[in-house]
Amino acid sequence: MKTVYCSILGFGAIGQGVAEILLMKKEYLESIGLEVKVVAIVDSKGATVNPEGVDLADCLARKKKSGTVALEKISGVEAIQSVSHELVIETTPTNIQTGGAGLQNMLAAFQTGKDVITSNKGPLTLKYRELMETAKAAGSHFRFEATVGGSMPIINLSNEVLAGNKVKSIKGILNGTCNYILTRMLEERASYNDILAEAMQLGIAETDPTYDVEGIDTACKLVILANAVFGLDATYNDVEVTGITKVTPEALEMAYERGHVIKLIGEVSRERIHVAPRLVPINHPLAVGGTLNVASVDTELAGEITVTGKGAGPIETSSAILSDLIAIYGN
Amino acid sequence: MRVSMDIELKDVPGQMLLALQPLSECKANLITVVHHHQKRTPRKTVPVKLVLEARPESIETIKAKLEENGIRVVRVGEHRFRESINVVLIGHVVHTGIRDTIDEIDRTGYAEVVDLSLSMPGINMLSSALMKIDAVSKEDLQKALTILKEVSTKKNLLMVLPIDIQA
Ligand SMILES: NC(=O)c1ccc[n+]([C@@H]2O[C@H](COP(=O)([O-])OP(=O)(O)OC[C@H]3O[C@@H](n4cnc5c(N)ncnc54)[C@H](OP(=O)(O)O)[C@@H]3O)[C@@H](O)[C@H]2O)c1
Repeated sequence: MKTVYCSILGFGAIGQGVAEILLMKKEYLESIGLEVKVVAIVDSKGATVNPEGVDLADCLARKKKSGTVALEKISGVEAIQSVSHELVIETTPTNIQTGGAGLQNMLAAFQTGKDVITSNKGPLTLKYRELMETAKAAGSHFRFEATVGGSMPIINLSNEVLAGNKVKSIKGILNGTCNYILTRMLEERASYNDILAEAMQLGIAETDPTYDVEGIDTACKLVILANAVFGLDATYNDVEVTGITKVTPEALEMAYERGHVIKLIGEVSRERIHVAPRLVPINHPLAVGGTLNVASVDTELAGEITVTGKGAGPIETSSAILSDLIAIYGN
Repeated sequence: MRVSMDIELKDVPGQMLLALQPLSECKANLITVVHHHQKRTPRKTVPVKLVLEARPESIETIKAKLEENGIRVVRVGEHRFRESINVVLIGHVVHTGIRDTIDEIDRTGYAEVVDLSLSMPGINMLSSALMKIDAVSKEDLQKALTILKEVSTKKNLLMVLPIDIQA
């Protein structure tokens, strides 16, 4: 049995989802020879630390009850530096201006020789090259399947499952909020603003939806794919971005009458990175509805391979973190 | 029917008139003329490409009349629109002159707006248009879209293109 000592930095929807999945999958992990012990959990207020492994059920209950797991005033970087472990699971909020706490946490993790698994796009969008080089120099594993398409395997699909195939392009819907809004506008013949309000009420859109509806979130995910799958050195400024705020119910309806839906499509290849609303034939594999995400990987040998799935949600997204964990430490 | 015609003019003044005269005589509608002023054939003539709309039975007459006028007709071919796409435009489509936008495409001769649906829900609200554009070839379609993209940028319209088109 291999014991993996890890920390969870950020204990919001995803951090808690990871804890729940580790509890749910304890026996399965043991059956493949893995025991995962969480030695530190950090949120914005501080940390709870136990070098032998914290009680996850206890931490989840405490977080729900009092809003924090913190028992000590310890930051993520301090936990990385002072508590002995080998894996950092980084799930703090995305910040694409500075990289936020996530960037500091990841760099500190590599500098102390730790592996990192993350769902946090910010640092990867801003400093992909630097992070990869730091990880490599330290001999650390660095995996981030959860950053693109939530549960949907796309980075690992392109790089590992389809190994040997040159990937020509990846196209798809990488933002569930936009997909929900466009799907519902057509269903209800309702305006963008009305459906945005509905999405906010349901918690599908954030109170400041700019990041999603202007296509910025999709663009960040494309930047990660451009770097991780196509080996480019791309940043956000390399992406041409148009969001969905101008799309009208009338346009959706006219398109539908001619057999098309309008979707916010992200597209990346070696030549260009592009986000814009596009006309998609109703029976096209990318024409999925609701909050679903979908991506089509166009490969040299295998042709087009399309995956679809939930792009968000604590358990769904954490499942990608679990698969990254097993990819590093399994057998 | 729509035909394209490659002709050669002598490099002296007044030739273009000689070329156009048979067309009007046969009531053909001239759609485009591409005149390669700089180019010369080995015979020192100037190559010109015409696209015209004419009744099928008058094509042969036009050809004969051109040759009577001393104009060499190199090739006559049916000019067919093989490519077709739908494009959505959203914004102040009407205020910014939809006619104008359509003309820009039609003027090319290799592409044409063949269908248009418009929806104007109200003053101060964004209008939406769905255009069907036909073009002679894939390259011509791309060229027409480049024009449409420039017009859209100028008029601040959102252009929604089909997914299989290079945006
Ligand atoms: N939600 C999804 O479905 C989804 C899907 C894919 C990717 N992601 C990405 O995953 C990450 C986490 O998302 P989430 O939905 O779990 O966000 P969230 O619910 O807002 O949770 C963020 C967590 O980070 C903590 N935190 C904030 N600043 C911190 C700091 N300086 N040091 C340590 N912890 C800090 C917060 O503390 P408090 O609890 O004290 O506020 C909170 O526990 C984000 O980068 C997001 O973009 C999310």
